[in-house]
Amino acid sequence: MEKRVTFKGIWLPLLLVLPQILITAIFFFYPAGQAIWQSLFIPDPFGLSMQWVGLGNFEYLLSDRFYRASFITTAVFSILVTVVSMGVALYLAILADRLIKGSGTYRTLLIWPYAVAPAVAGVLWLFMFNTRVGVVTWYLGLLGYDWNHVLNEGEAMGLVVVASAWGRISYNFLFFLAGLQAIPRSVIEAAAIDGAHFWTRFRTIVWPLLSPTTFFLLVVNIIYAFFETFGVIHTITSGGPQQATTILVYKVYSDGFVGQDLGSSAAQSVILLVIVSLLTVIQFKYIERRVHY
Amino acid sequence: MATLTLNNVKKSFGKTDVIHGVSIDVEDGEFIVIVGPSGCGKSTLLRMVAGLETITDGEVQIGGRRVNEEEPMARDIAMVFQNYALYPHMSVFDNMAYGLKIAKVDKAEIADRVNQAAKLLQLEPYLTRKPRELSGGQRQRVAMGRAIVRKPAVFLFDEPLSNLDAKLRVQMRLEIRALQRELGVTALYVTHDQVEAMTMADRMIVMNGGVADQIGKPLEVYANPATEFVAGFIGSPPMNFLTCGLIGETGDDRIGIRPEHMRLADAGEGRLNAQAAFCEVLGAETLVHLRCVDGTQVTVRQDAAKAIPDEGTNVGLSWAGANEMRFDSNGQRI
Ligand SMILES: Nc1ncnc2c1ncn2[C@@H]1O[C@H](COP(=O)(O)OP(=O)(O)OP(=O)(O)O)[C@@H](O)[C@H]1O
Ligand SMILES: [Mg+2]
Repeated sequence: MEKRVTFKGIWLPLLLVLPQILITAIFFFYPAGQAIWQSLFIPDPFGLSMQWVGLGNFEYLLSDRFYRASFITTAVFSILVTVVSMGVALYLAILADRLIKGSGTYRTLLIWPYAVAPAVAGVLWLFMFNTRVGVVTWYLGLLGYDWNHVLNEGEAMGLVVVASAWGRISYNFLFFLAGLQAIPRSVIEAAAIDGAHFWTRFRTIVWPLLSPTTFFLLVVNIIYAFFETFGVIHTITSGGPQQATTILVYKVYSDGFVGQDLGSSAAQSVILLVIVSLLTVIQFKYIERRVHY
Repeated sequence: MATLTLNNVKKSFGKTDVIHGVSIDVEDGEFIVIVGPSGCGKSTLLRMVAGLETITDGEVQIGGRRVNEEEPMARDIAMVFQNYALYPHMSVFDNMAYGLKIAKVDKAEIADRVNQAAKLLQLEPYLTRKPRELSGGQRQRVAMGRAIVRKPAVFLFDEPLSNLDAKLRVQMRLEIRALQRELGVTALYVTHDQVEAMTMADRMIVMNGGVADQIGKPLEVYANPATEFVAGFIGSPPMNFLTCGLIGETGDDRIGIRPEHMRLADAGEGRLNAQAAFCEVLGAETLVHLRCVDGTQVTVRQDAAKAIPDEGTNVGLSWAGANEMRFDSNGQRI
């Protein structure tokens, strides 16, 4: 028996999905096609003509020390952003879940950072950690720590990770809280009666039942870390010092728009596209198997 | 296996008092049913015994030991929830073994005890399935299994049968009772169904608005209800209540007569006149519903062989004085 609602004919369904197809075509397929096309050329220094180089851009890129370093940077950055934002969000969601009174206020306040645009968030953190006038820098100075993310690569990475993760915590928190609240109270109570203390309950009951949420957030956060963190990095470090925070997407921008090397930049976009597609496929293929729906 | 004692146990949520002080001494191996209408505090009382709610005042003892401050796991109890509360991501086996694994019982012993319980509950073919692949009755059995493998001192049941269909309910009722007798475990069983209470209980606690109106053996409670509420709640069809004025007496007491104690007589005879409204023919017996002059509804339960009055005819009603129960204006038995 067919349970889904079905429509007769082709025109109505086509009409309904048309806007989505158009948007995807204009904003995704067209630029992606352009990028692939451009990645096969090198423009002359004046931008007047293009010279066909085949896979030359790719060959050059893969032998470029800076580009390979950017891979590592991206991996470190993405893993840190994902782990920090999901970890903190889960911790806060567990606290909120146990709270009966006032959880509404708590939730509303925690959603606010999500409404802050990445670039603005970047500026916010930049002010706090500014090497000369930053509040946090000043307090750290009092404690005898000399904060300088403009020179120190580790500190620069730390700062962009925190700034990127911060806005993300709200989003993850909402999903984790909803996931936690979907677990029936009586199941937790049954586990308590069965002898499980808080940590055991979390490990054996809550975490497995939360896994669909965690998996979804993992995919979404990695994609976020790969692409949408551009604004934060641009305002805080501009990829420095010594390219220590130049993640792949930032390098696309700095090589293409700043360095005007459009061919290389296009090739980088293509590589990025392939990486994200691969990551998502891997996540769905291998991790999803271990998820309990 | 242990005794269970509630000593003037009270519960308030904030400023609302929900349980106003319940006391009972439960003997080892006794099956106690807590029965009452929705919202009267049955679950709250049970959850206090389980350690899932704090005890505002009074004392709970299990096996003579005060457990007010103990965590649920330290109370040596097992509970069966209304929605079963099975662990959805674990197999039937793991559901039952969970408590034992946490208690670090060794593997062979766990397998032994789970298999034994599975056999007892006819769950052997389903041990590898997930709860969502089971029927309601099977899930119910898994919940029971999870409770019995731990060999607790006290079983707690919170309306375990209310999600099952009528036939399965009757069957499970017998099974639970048989199982409890076999294991000899003290049990506290919550239900809002008075038939379940009557058929299963060694003794029952009839709750009304956070107060234990009466505690006693089912037949005692049925024959000798302490309050008008208990009289009306226990028994189906419920007891008939008449005002004194209706039978020509003064005062504001109310009089209760069970449907099986009333008899139809000719019009003008008996102690009361009424008009037949409609009949329910149940096979072995017939329920005749009548309306008195002041509008009170009365039910007479009689043998199927007896004559049934036509709708709208006037009849008399009679009963033996010994079967009359009187309640004062506060609902207390006189
Ligand atoms: N966490 C709570 N906070 C405030 N009031 C509560 C809470 N839990 C229960 N109550 C109140 O306590 C009263 C008794 O609730 P309880 O769940 O014990 O009823 P019950 O007899 O089990 O009813 P039912 O047959 O519907 O399950 C109800 O009036 C309910 O509103
Ligand atoms: Mg209840």
